[in-house]
Amino acid sequence: MALLAVLGLHGVVAIATGLLGRQLGRRVLVVALVAPLATVSLLVADLAGVIPSTALAADVPWVPGLGLSIDVALDGFGRLFWWLIGGIGVAVVAYAVPYFGRRDDLGRFAASLVTFMGAMLLLTCTDDVLVLFVAWELTSITSYLLIGFEDRSARARSSALQALLVTGAGGIALLGGLLLVAASAGTTSLTEILAVAPNDGVAQVGLALVVLAAATKSAQVPFHFWLPGAMAAPTPVSAYLHSATMVKAGVYLLARFAPAMAPAVEWWSPVVVTLGAVTMLLGGWRALRATDLKALLAFSTVSQLGLIVLLVGHGAPELVHAGTAVLLAHALFKAALFLAVGVIDHQAGTRDLRRLSGLGRRMRPTAIALGVSAASMAGVIPLLGFVAKETALEATLAVPGGGVAMTAVVVIGSVFTGAYSLRLVVGVLGTGDPTRLPDDAVEPDRVPRPTAALEAPAVVLAVLTVVLGIWVVPADVLVSAATVALAGTGAGDLYLVLWHGFGLALLLSAVAWLGGYLVWREPELVDRLARRTARIPDAQEVYRASLRGILSLADRVTAFVQPGSLPLYGAVVLATVLALPGVALVGGLAVPSDLVVAESGLQAAVAALVVVAAIGTARARRRLPAVLLLGAVGYSVAVLFVVQGAPDLALTQLVVETLSLGMFVLVLRQLPDTFEPAPWRFGRAMRAGLSVGIGVAVGAFTLAASSTGLPRSTAGEFLARSMPDGGGRNVVNVILTDFRALDTFAEITVLVVAAIGITLMVRTPLDDDDPELDLLRELGSGPRGDA
Amino acid sequence: MTPRPSLVLDVVLDLVFRTALLFAVFLLVAGHNAPGGGFVGGLVASTALVLRFVTGGVEEVDRIVPVPERVLLGGGLFLAFLTGAAGWLLGGAFLYGAKGDLDVPILGTLKATSALVFDVGVAGVVVGLVLSVLRALGGPDEPPTPAGPVGATPGTDETESAS
Repeated sequence: MALLAVLGLHGVVAIATGLLGRQLGRRVLVVALVAPLATVSLLVADLAGVIPSTALAADVPWVPGLGLSIDVALDGFGRLFWWLIGGIGVAVVAYAVPYFGRRDDLGRFAASLVTFMGAMLLLTCTDDVLVLFVAWELTSITSYLLIGFEDRSARARSSALQALLVTGAGGIALLGGLLLVAASAGTTSLTEILAVAPNDGVAQVGLALVVLAAATKSAQVPFHFWLPGAMAAPTPVSAYLHSATMVKAGVYLLARFAPAMAPAVEWWSPVVVTLGAVTMLLGGWRALRATDLKALLAFSTVSQLGLIVLLVGHGAPELVHAGTAVLLAHALFKAALFLAVGVIDHQAGTRDLRRLSGLGRRMRPTAIALGVSAASMAGVIPLLGFVAKETALEATLAVPGGGVAMTAVVVIGSVFTGAYSLRLVVGVLGTGDPTRLPDDAVEPDRVPRPTAALEAPAVVLAVLTVVLGIWVVPADVLVSAATVALAGTGAGDLYLVLWHGFGLALLLSAVAWLGGYLVWREPELVDRLARRTARIPDAQEVYRASLRGILSLADRVTAFVQPGSLPLYGAVVLATVLALPGVALVGGLAVPSDLVVAESGLQAAVAALVVVAAIGTARARRRLPAVLLLGAVGYSVAVLFVVQGAPDLALTQLVVETLSLGMFVLVLRQLPDTFEPAPWRFGRAMRAGLSVGIGVAVGAFTLAASSTGLPRSTAGEFLARSMPDGGGRNVVNVILTDFRALDTFAEITVLVVAAIGITLMVRTPLDDDDPELDLLRELGSGPRGDA
Repeated sequence: MTPRPSLVLDVVLDLVFRTALLFAVFLLVAGHNAPGGGFVGGLVASTALVLRFVTGGVEEVDRIVPVPERVLLGGGLFLAFLTGAAGWLLGGAFLYGAKGDLDVPILGTLKATSALVFDVGVAGVVVGLVLSVLRALGGPDEPPTPAGPVGATPGTDETESAS
């Protein structure tokens, strides 16, 4: 139950921070800190053996009818994620307090962030794939809210929407994929699905969709473009969601599936590994040219995610082990890098690499954290990044078959990594050649010194990167447990070590360092190559173009389907009635033997009145007489109800008729006095034909309905039960308010919707300044900038 | 805007309006045992409102029902929902009907059912719907024009009228 308590606490904290935001100002973030601290406390208690391991599992029924239950348990892999979510969560929230300064809308921020944390925790501990899907969607939505937190910025809004569209599409794919896989395996339990490892046609389609979903979430090619766009988010969000946690949800999914599915489905490993390889290279390449620090880090994240997908997606235990190690190392150094860049942005007022230089003097702790983390990213000994990269190289070298190709990709990717790490560190901290700086360069001496509170979180993470590199045991415990949880107990003999000895892996690391240095030294070479590939449209442009295409297609479809002619709409509806049920009726029509034309002379007379008034309505040239004659039809029908002995119906009909007359008068004031002539030559004939056809068809329906001899027992039963069950003698009312009250409830809901619709339709001005149109235009243009 | 209606119309209308409202309440309460119910009751009350609208315009309607239509719409729907939710509390299904005897002074013992509360909600929604139509469509024919032409100042007006 401890797990559920922590999850529930996130919900409570989210609501509390949302409500208290205005009163508390930025202190609301201190309240938010409770949530990740609780997560870390639980993990520490578990580590210390204070709580029994059974406390880390629970199974609570949710929707028993669908077999849904909140079935949560923390295994080794889940624990690794919980450490990251909780630990980096503490650092990020603590960082956000000085980052934001004084403002009163942080309640919204804190609530979204804590909700995200809870969703991410749920995602990584649930065993039910449908609950997993719900948590997955929740992370997409909170990510949208957090990217668009600065909602007065058009760029933030469109970036948020772009991220939501891409990951939301992935979410739909995930739902479809999980349902197909679950249907094939016959269970929604993740453990059981993986034990069955279904590989029939249905399951394979499902798995393809799951891979697609993971690719959108983890920013794999060709869906990578939303991640650099997401840099419009406040830096704490970029550090947390878009490098350390949320983007790893896709990795989480692939890592869960890969060890079981790679042997069962032959396309799995080649496809997923290729996906990761392409992403790693493309991300690294784009990071080489980015000038916005956050964009550089975002492309670097894309690249590193590619590496992790390449490793864990393969499914072999050694590679899963290496992938998990990279995942941990990356979370630490990338979160620290983002936080450090956030400090620079906060103090210097820009993140443009070209305008920055020599900032090390003004913010030494941040500079050191930046340097250490970048070195870890580049795989420099003795940091955690080096440990992970060595493990990865050893693992890929050992892969039979494609091992050489995989190793080559990792080495080339690492060359890029080394180069952009150097660019980042030297660009920001180095003094370089002052003549090459632009006129608007930031004067380092004028940059205010950051406060210790702002600098501390990045420093702490950087210290962890160093400590875990040298004293690798804690990292090894986490990673090994995660590997065992994923790949089975057979993977228990895999260890992380700092020093692998003088082997091929070390040689390749050295090659990567040297290559990275050389690429960094030759930016002109990179530029020349980039110009040559500039003609290939990037994914962002494809996204924008397809969005514009969809919008203009929607415009055209709407213009065709809704030309705005009420007579045409009516004609289409009536013609459909005539064509489908009308034609179906022709075969089964029979005149009942006991047909009574009229029960009394009064009935016949009133019916004749209805007919005459209806014809009069159709023939009227002016609107007012038409409305009055239509009223005559209605009142006559009411009389017919009285004659038939249905007072309730008659009463209602009478009042409705009166009210509609009043409403008609209101509308008539806005309309011309006479009807326009039919717009085309045979218009009158066609309308008349259609009307007569409908009249005949409805008459035939009535005849058919009364001749089928359906059982009439419902009426008898309702009459018998009206008084004892409903407590009323008026059976019509008892049906409305008791027997079929749910129908009535739905109907009054429709009434409310109609009222809202009328008000909106009449009161909304028809002009181009529609905010919704603005939104769509914003969407079509997409975010600008380095992305 | 509109010419003042006649005194006779005013007096008669007042009588008819009150009678109609009373009739609406009667229909609402009696509905369970005799012809009537929340829907018809709401419709009759709305028709009474339309009468007032015909003579006094939207201003008159606003004076009589000084609440936004959304209060009636939302309140009615919510009341109906509460009736349904009460069914849960009483251990039954959603909208499970309850009935009992209610002792009212003067009137004596009344048979009361939860259906009556439900019907009040229905009536509220119906009146809210008509009210929103009246307010949406019943405004003045032309949108009110801003006072005076742009750029014209009171001073120039005066000189023109003086000459």
